[in-house]
Amino acid sequence: MTTSFLTYNTLIVLLGTGLLGANAGLVGSFAVLRRRSLTGDALAHAALPGLALAFLAVGQRNLPAMLAGALVSGLLGVAVISGLRSQTRVKEDAAIGIVLSVFFGAGVVLSRIVQNTPGVGSKAGLDSYILGKTAGIIRQDVFIIGGVSLVSLLVILLAYKEFKLTVFDPDFARVQGWPVLPLDLLLMGLIALAVVFGLPMVGVVLMAALLILPAAAARFWTDRLGPLLVLATAFGLVIGLIGTALSARYAGMPAGPIIVLVGASVFLLSVLVAPRRGVLGRAVAAWRFRRSLDDRAILRRLYDLVEPDLPNLRPIETAGELDRNGTNRRRRGAILARLVRQGALRVEPDSGGTVMTLTEDGLRRARAVARDQRLWEQFLLHAPELAGTMADLSQETAEVLPPDLIAELEQGLRDTGRLPDPGPRGLAP
Amino acid sequence: MSTPSESKARPGWLAGRRLGIAWLLAVAVPTAWALAVSDEIGRWTIALGVLASVPCAVLGCYLVLRQLSLLGDAISHAVLPGIALGFLLSGQLIGPAIVAGAMVVGILTAVLTQLLSRLGKVPEDASLGVVFTSLFAAGVLLITHAASDVDLDAGCVLYGLIELAPLESSPIGGIEVPRSFWGLGLVALATLGFVTLLWKELLLVSFDAPLATAVGINATVIHYALMAMVAGVTVAAFEAVGSILVVAMLIVPAATAHLLSDRLLRMMLAASGVAVLCSALGYRGAVALNSSVAGMMAVVAGALFALAVIMAPHQGMLARAITRLRLSLRIAREDILARLYRDEEQTSPVGDEAPAAASVRTRWVEALARRQLRRGGLVSDSASGPPTLTDLGRAEARELVRAHRLWESYLSTHFDLPPDHLHDPAERLEHFIGPGLRAELDADLQAPAADPHGRSIPPERP
Repeated sequence: MTTSFLTYNTLIVLLGTGLLGANAGLVGSFAVLRRRSLTGDALAHAALPGLALAFLAVGQRNLPAMLAGALVSGLLGVAVISGLRSQTRVKEDAAIGIVLSVFFGAGVVLSRIVQNTPGVGSKAGLDSYILGKTAGIIRQDVFIIGGVSLVSLLVILLAYKEFKLTVFDPDFARVQGWPVLPLDLLLMGLIALAVVFGLPMVGVVLMAALLILPAAAARFWTDRLGPLLVLATAFGLVIGLIGTALSARYAGMPAGPIIVLVGASVFLLSVLVAPRRGVLGRAVAAWRFRRSLDDRAILRRLYDLVEPDLPNLRPIETAGELDRNGTNRRRRGAILARLVRQGALRVEPDSGGTVMTLTEDGLRRARAVARDQRLWEQFLLHAPELAGTMADLSQETAEVLPPDLIAELEQGLRDTGRLPDPGPRGLAP
Repeated sequence: MSTPSESKARPGWLAGRRLGIAWLLAVAVPTAWALAVSDEIGRWTIALGVLASVPCAVLGCYLVLRQLSLLGDAISHAVLPGIALGFLLSGQLIGPAIVAGAMVVGILTAVLTQLLSRLGKVPEDASLGVVFTSLFAAGVLLITHAASDVDLDAGCVLYGLIELAPLESSPIGGIEVPRSFWGLGLVALATLGFVTLLWKELLLVSFDAPLATAVGINATVIHYALMAMVAGVTVAAFEAVGSILVVAMLIVPAATAHLLSDRLLRMMLAASGVAVLCSALGYRGAVALNSSVAGMMAVVAGALFALAVIMAPHQGMLARAITRLRLSLRIAREDILARLYRDEEQTSPVGDEAPAAASVRTRWVEALARRQLRRGGLVSDSASGPPTLTDLGRAEARELVRAHRLWESYLSTHFDLPPDHLHDPAERLEHFIGPGLRAELDADLQAPAADPHGRSIPPERP
């Protein structure tokens, strides 16, 4: 980027959208976690009539009055939603839709009246609240957004523990006597502040996106609230900065949609590549898990085959000996090759073909797998009443069952001579 | 007075055929007025509004019932890129390409939302928000960037310019018919056909999707067909009412109708009526205020919804308040009768049977209940002292006291409650124990003569 690109005005706009994104990411995290993502959307739509009314009342473009109007009508919309939900048979989704569309309709009616008022109409600039105009950000706006962000940050830091509790277990919080409703209202107030100050910049619909996207993206990277808040704030900041920079680079492109699309890219990237929760990460984990299940199935079968001749290790002559339920015939070649690579199996030429022999390491693994399998069988046989809640055959017994139960099951296997035992019958020298 | 038949749900203050006629008049009269006072352009505007909003309202019923309202909202935002792409590919503002593009994007919205919440484990509302805002942003970008030199501007798509639609017309048989009339009419017919042909399937999938699947209806296909229809209707209406206010026509009439009716067909008719009213009154309102027709339609819809919230026959706040008041009046009357009866008994001091509820109840309900008792001839005023029971009143009171003491005996016999825990539950339940239940209790307890406190249980008949 050249120096001419980073003019003073651009810097101001960048600062403004960056702060706006960061603040939206911060408070939006709570909205997303509280399953109130679309309440922010409703709030943004519901703010419009307040803006227009304030304009009509004051008679000129007076920012504090308009923002106050927006705040009041936005919160009124949220109150109507919760009133409809609790007092009538109208469900939450319909309530949100009704408030959103009717308030917005009223906003359109009022702003058209403003526009048709001779003298002031063109100066109102209410249109920019629908799609947003980042280019209009001035130094004063940056201070205001900075102030709002600071307030949000302070409130969240001060009431961090309380917010955390209401977010993750509102019922528990209520039972414990925490003021859940006031906390929710406080949260709504913070969201309303973020929305109202963001409206002139990114517009109604896209403001909702800015609340949801950073938090939804951050959710893929962490399961803890603290890191989530930091990450969502950072995402919001980055999204705002990159979006503004892009729209400044390509003239004629409105910043609001670009910011949202940048956010959508960040979100998509998170969905795909985030470790553990991401789609790719989960696919890899599922693939690994399936592979380990395959390995275990073959090793178990191998142990069953060689067990009668222990402590001597009998070579397995043909792959056909392995056929049985539980081994995957289609993938068997690959599984066997993998076991050879891992040093669990040895393949040796023999008259007319090859034979496979378990190595010492392979036998140890096979024995462990077989032992676990038989413990599970024993468990299902002798404690079927527990099986429904405790049996998870994809896991090892030691991870699911209590040690005393395992000892009991082992004794049962030992009594019938079916406990794979490395002890006295261990490998012959 | 305390018979079970009375405690059943009463019909609302308007019911059955009378409701239908009242409803028809409530829709027809204002609409006729609006048509009568408008000029020709105005009449066409109203007609186009009706054609655009009635299909939305009908399909909206399914969305509201299945709690998919916000999916409707999302689709109506998300069709924007479909419209833009259809326009870029075909070069036409109205036509099959745009409708097809919108339908594809509509289905895409539904699929992507499901995919995100299932595969990505994102909460449903958040994934909906992510999908539609992103698609909407892409649509705005496409329109402002690629279509800036033609008459497809974001404002027109967002707010709709129904005022201008009648101006573009062509004569058919001597009458100037707006161009968009045909497109909207076609979509309305298609909606009608869709709902009629798939009535049974849609009904079953809406109310019991697992059952629908069990009887061999492919619920997924029906679901996505519905979503495609919603997208199609949305895009047909966007010119008239704008893509954002389509949400109003999708959700608000259906939600209003849901407050008025419990049957799908009636709900759809009511929703259509609301949609017609929105178009007619919305247009007149817009003319009066010199403002946006689409916005005014949404405002009228909101006003009608608010009216329904307050006035609906069963679900309305007024009706529910009246039901509650009736119940508390009946309980107040019965408590007074029982109190007088116990005073008459004189055999034992009233003691713990003293009316605890009376202190809680507001004074005016008590006063009203007294007046009703006097009017009904259940109680007569004596010149001095408290009022006395008439024979009619005594019979009622006997039933109530009998119910109370039978219930106390029952609780004491079967639940081992200590004597001081018997009165309160019996005081609450006595109002809901009819002759049938009294007979059963009597039989179960082998016709006891006295309750656990030792007071005699009055016989069913003296």
